[in-house]
Amino acid sequence: MFNDLSNKFTLAFKKLAGRSSINEKNITDALRDIRLALLEADVHFSVVKSFIDKATEKALGQEVLRSVSPGEQLVKIVHDELIETLGGEHAPLQHAAIPPTVIMMVGLQGSGKTTLTGKLAHQLIKKGRKPLLVAADVYRPAAAEQLKTLGRQLEIPTFSAEEAGSQDPVKICFDSITYARQHGRDVALLDTAGRLHIDDDLMKELETIKAKIKPQEILFVADGMTGQDAVNTAKEFVGRLDFHGVVLTKMDGDARGGAALSIRSITGKPIKYLGTGEKLDLLEEFHPERMASRILGMGDIVSLVEKAQEHIDLEKAKELEQKFLKNEFNLQDFSDQIRQLKRMGSIESILGMIPGVGGRIKGMNLDDKALNRMTAIISSMTISERNKPHQLEGRRRLRIARGSGTSVQEVNQLLKQFQEMQKMMKKFGKMNPAEIMKRIPGAR
Amino acid sequence: MSFAEKLRLRLDKTRKQLFGRLNDLFRPGATLDASTWESLEEILITADIGVSTSHLILDKLKKRIQKEKSVQPHEIRNLLEDELIALLSGGISGQLDDRVVRNKPYVILMVGVNGTGKTTTIGKLAGRFSDQGLKVLMVAADTFRAAASDQLGIWADRASVEIVHSKGGDPSALIFDAMDRAKSRVFDVVLVDTAGRMHTKVNLMEELKKMRRVIEKQIVGAPHETILVLDGTTGQNAAAQAKQFAKACPLTGLIVTKLDGTAKGGVLVSIQQDLGVPIYYVGVGESLDDLIPFNAEDFVKAVTE
Repeated sequence: MFNDLSNKFTLAFKKLAGRSSINEKNITDALRDIRLALLEADVHFSVVKSFIDKATEKALGQEVLRSVSPGEQLVKIVHDELIETLGGEHAPLQHAAIPPTVIMMVGLQGSGKTTLTGKLAHQLIKKGRKPLLVAADVYRPAAAEQLKTLGRQLEIPTFSAEEAGSQDPVKICFDSITYARQHGRDVALLDTAGRLHIDDDLMKELETIKAKIKPQEILFVADGMTGQDAVNTAKEFVGRLDFHGVVLTKMDGDARGGAALSIRSITGKPIKYLGTGEKLDLLEEFHPERMASRILGMGDIVSLVEKAQEHIDLEKAKELEQKFLKNEFNLQDFSDQIRQLKRMGSIESILGMIPGVGGRIKGMNLDDKALNRMTAIISSMTISERNKPHQLEGRRRLRIARGSGTSVQEVNQLLKQFQEMQKMMKKFGKMNPAEIMKRIPGAR
Repeated sequence: MSFAEKLRLRLDKTRKQLFGRLNDLFRPGATLDASTWESLEEILITADIGVSTSHLILDKLKKRIQKEKSVQPHEIRNLLEDELIALLSGGISGQLDDRVVRNKPYVILMVGVNGTGKTTTIGKLAGRFSDQGLKVLMVAADTFRAAASDQLGIWADRASVEIVHSKGGDPSALIFDAMDRAKSRVFDVVLVDTAGRMHTKVNLMEELKKMRRVIEKQIVGAPHETILVLDGTTGQNAAAQAKQFAKACPLTGLIVTKLDGTAKGGVLVSIQQDLGVPIYYVGVGESLDDLIPFNAEDFVKAVTE
């Protein structure tokens, strides 16, 4: 279902391709498809409606620029409108003038508050702060234990019902501030219990904590896969607590994250972070323009370039380019390439960021281990073999298979792939992404 | 209180908030025009039923009306209910309660993405089976999330059932030991809790396959059930989850949690069409008996009437 999304956009925009002007008719047609795509991305019905109205108005009021096609122009209008709706710049966390700063996590059950609390602590520690974890969830069995385990991993203290000598979440939070002050902790992270927005008693409890402790930040933690109901929940939470920011979790899956658009436009509060995995360092700052691309299924080329800049050696890349041109690309270069690629993350995550590829790789079995085996095979070759792979006959192949703990078949496969790749290099420019994908090792 | 009554009570907010609008839309004497269909489309989509399934339902209704000519507005409502019930039951029915006595031990593997309520659901199921006089073994095979086994342990205490757990380590190894124990002693039901995993992570789905293989090898015919736990507030992504989990290990049923808020869980309608496995229970609250055996008719009536 999701795989179709970016295709739908492409289709919608294609309808406009080749037109010298955009008029009311072809804009309405294209925007109708965009409307469906947004709805399938779980953007709320009413949000989609006002979004499309605004985009139509903008599109109709514009002359077609000479330099771009009407299709491209509409993409830009929709993309810009999304960015505007999602909010401008990244909104950093607010800190108190006099420590401790209090940050309070609120949200539904299972949205990922406890994991987020750990992630925020991890990030604060990296920035030289001394956070305190506060386990204010006294309802879910072993919730405090979960937070304590995270505290031990991060080597920071956790304040819970035990230390407060009370099962009252309000008292636990209140006492934790005194504890933080006495023990030199400059940020207190309050992990409150998950609750339904319609549960009046539990919502009152949060209001009481807010009134008594006056946190600098209340973060509404929401599951990035939430459907149409995201609007109801966010409305209720913002009405009761007037929270400061939103964190969307579980954004490492294939959800388009339409909830981001819904929550943002209903509450007007900035989205501050995205949770992108289970490990503690997987917390990303929120960037509206990247999210817009994701919702549109346009890939995230900015993040990809940033990642590449972080991990790829520019000198080596230039060297490689020369080799490509002279057709001197050998197995050693191939192995270096694989290593660099692996440093950037899993293949799936990297390919997912390439515009136009995201939708195509869904469901493909991209095996990172295949890359490990390939580097092992190449490492078992002599330097001369790496430079001139054509000299590898049967006995050498057997030796390499043994040395790398693989099979001759796998060695053969690698050599074949390498040959293919050399061929591909020559005509790279003429291909479309789908064809390139078919030839990428490990993508079956 | 019957299950149907309880469901009605817990889905009160949903009924009032969303489907109350149906009353207005199809009030006696209302005219049927393009705007009626538009409003109905909105109602269906905001219930998370999804664009394509919503349009499918609308098309069917329109066809019925064309055929029968003089249809009163309020009759459309009944037609809509019938349509939803048909889609949700998908011609299949089955209660887990009836099945668990077929084999001994009856092994149930619970799977799902993070935070859908697998552990809580297992706790509730254990209480339920234990009340029926069955001997239950819990297996805390979520060795990844901090304190997950502590959480299940508390549920085991509450239901006074036995539990197998370990600190960290490989879940498949733990399952191997647990299955040994399940065979040697006389347990009726074995509930295996697994770590939440994103359906898009190839390595974690492989881990799940391995766990299933270990169970398969140890006990013939097991796991007798592989149940996907879905969060009722999830949108269209639930369909992608169901698809990927079904691909990794054949699913035999679904449990849908967190329907006591204002979420409608409409995505179930399209999942039912795709998978064709029964929905065993819906979760409508925190306490033990808030896990209600699913019945399509009760459910649809609880939100529409």
